Amino acid sequence: MKGEGFLTRNISALTRAMESILLSEDLARAPGLLQGLDARIKVVTFLLFIVTVGLAKSLPVLGGICLLVLALAFLSRIPLGFFLKRVMLFIPIFTAVIAIPALFITPGDSLVTIAGKTVITEQGARTAGLLVLRVVDSLSFGVLLMLTTPWTRLLGALRWLRLPSLFVAILSMTYRYIFLLLHTANNMFMARRSRTVGRLSGGENRRWLGRTLTTTLAKSHHLSEEIYLAMLSRGYRGEVLALDNLSLRRRDFFWGAFALVAASVLLWLNLQ
Amino acid sequence: MGYIFEARNLSYTYPGGIPALREVNLAIAPGERVALLGANGSGKSTLLKLLDGLIFPTSGEVFAFGKVISEKALKEGPFVQEFRRRVGLVFQDPDAQLFSPTVWDEVTFGPLQLQCSRDEVASRAMETMDLLGIGHLRERPPYRLSTGEKKKVALASVLSLRPEVLLLDEPTTGLDPRSQGNVIDFLMRWPSRGKTLVLSTQDLDMVDEVANRVLVLGEGHRIVADGKPEEFLSQTDFLLRTNLIHEHSHRHQEMVHRHRHLHEHQH
Repeated sequence: MKGEGFLTRNISALTRAMESILLSEDLARAPGLLQGLDARIKVVTFLLFIVTVGLAKSLPVLGGICLLVLALAFLSRIPLGFFLKRVMLFIPIFTAVIAIPALFITPGDSLVTIAGKTVITEQGARTAGLLVLRVVDSLSFGVLLMLTTPWTRLLGALRWLRLPSLFVAILSMTYRYIFLLLHTANNMFMARRSRTVGRLSGGENRRWLGRTLTTTLAKSHHLSEEIYLAMLSRGYRGEVLALDNLSLRRRDFFWGAFALVAASVLLWLNLQ
Repeated sequence: MGYIFEARNLSYTYPGGIPALREVNLAIAPGERVALLGANGSGKSTLLKLLDGLIFPTSGEVFAFGKVISEKALKEGPFVQEFRRRVGLVFQDPDAQLFSPTVWDEVTFGPLQLQCSRDEVASRAMETMDLLGIGHLRERPPYRLSTGEKKKVALASVLSLRPEVLLLDEPTTGLDPRSQGNVIDFLMRWPSRGKTLVLSTQDLDMVDEVANRVLVLGEGHRIVADGKPEEFLSQTDFLLRTNLIHEHSHRHQEMVHRHRHLHEHQH
């Protein structure tokens, strides 16, 4: 039963992963404030915001940035539940776990006392809050960029930023073929389920899993050889060139100006 | 008149000693439209890869445009660029061929690698996509294409090179009837003057439509026949022997009988 549960969980996790990626692509191509902007200006301004978050030392400023991100997500028609689930799960929770000791070990003014003894200090709570909010804000900008920019335009922006073409090509191909391999793995799990009657022992399940992993690896290796040959056949000689169709419009300049002013104001508030 | 391709005593063995081709001799002249027939595993795909200079013979030689195709000749220098510009191969598995993020990137990949100007690349890509009726797929990523669309994009990605020689590995395999018809219609219109076509297939329906010469690879990995399509397509014993047609039982209401299948719809 355990093995069956494990397989079922894997099948649904793979399917969910594919659906989620496809939904993200749909959101990135839907009309909305950020979707209408050039990918390059978005990458540059979001980097500016992330740097601002890194420099911010004030909880209200970081809270304000959090509200700004939510407003941008709302104006870009990103379902807030979908967005928050991506931003609030895992990484902020793990960060909070890391930040918890700071609550108790940072010396300072008493905030929570138990039996007359200081347990949590104001400075400790502030340090932990800063860490968690910085992670939430930075992650929010990253997720928002991914959800409002089609992957291909994002790659174009990275090329424009002069990232090594090999690096961008590897990113692009990983994203391209992860779908195919997910699909293959999903089909193998399904085929296995359709032919399984009753319970199988843990050992049998592990052996099957080992064989499946080997088959997937062999398939991906064969595919990678074919891809390389297909690239050679069309003239590839070590550098992937691309014809990006990126153009700046008036709204991009407005957005750039807004981002610059907003980041400056946030940093100025931070100094007050 | 020189040959486009010439193979002399060409053999290829895969690692582990698995033979793919044995002592193959052939010559293909400019403007010929050659159908390479053979059962699964007879070596058709391997031969196309050898002709495209992607793999190299275990023994024997392959010549293209009068020059020997070797690892050294295709490593660097002006010949490799010239060769890649003149010869295009459409792979059997479109997923292997469609490695770029979008259809547009895919169709522009080849001309960009061959150092065409950006204007030239854009105009070739648009023209090729219009020719195959896939302009509306321009921004689509490959994982959002149907099999038929993938095959068309794979074809477009090679046609944008404007090759003189088009090599196609099983272009209609896995396609629905309408998509098969589209590919056959396109191949009937192509090549125009002076272009050469070599396609591997098991689809005998398309052979007399698109080819004027047939090469048959037997299950022994050797060429067992070379001639005009009409010479072979009616020889059912030969086709049965080379595993290009099959014989099996049928039920027609209460009657069960056995006969050979040459064309899927003839019966």
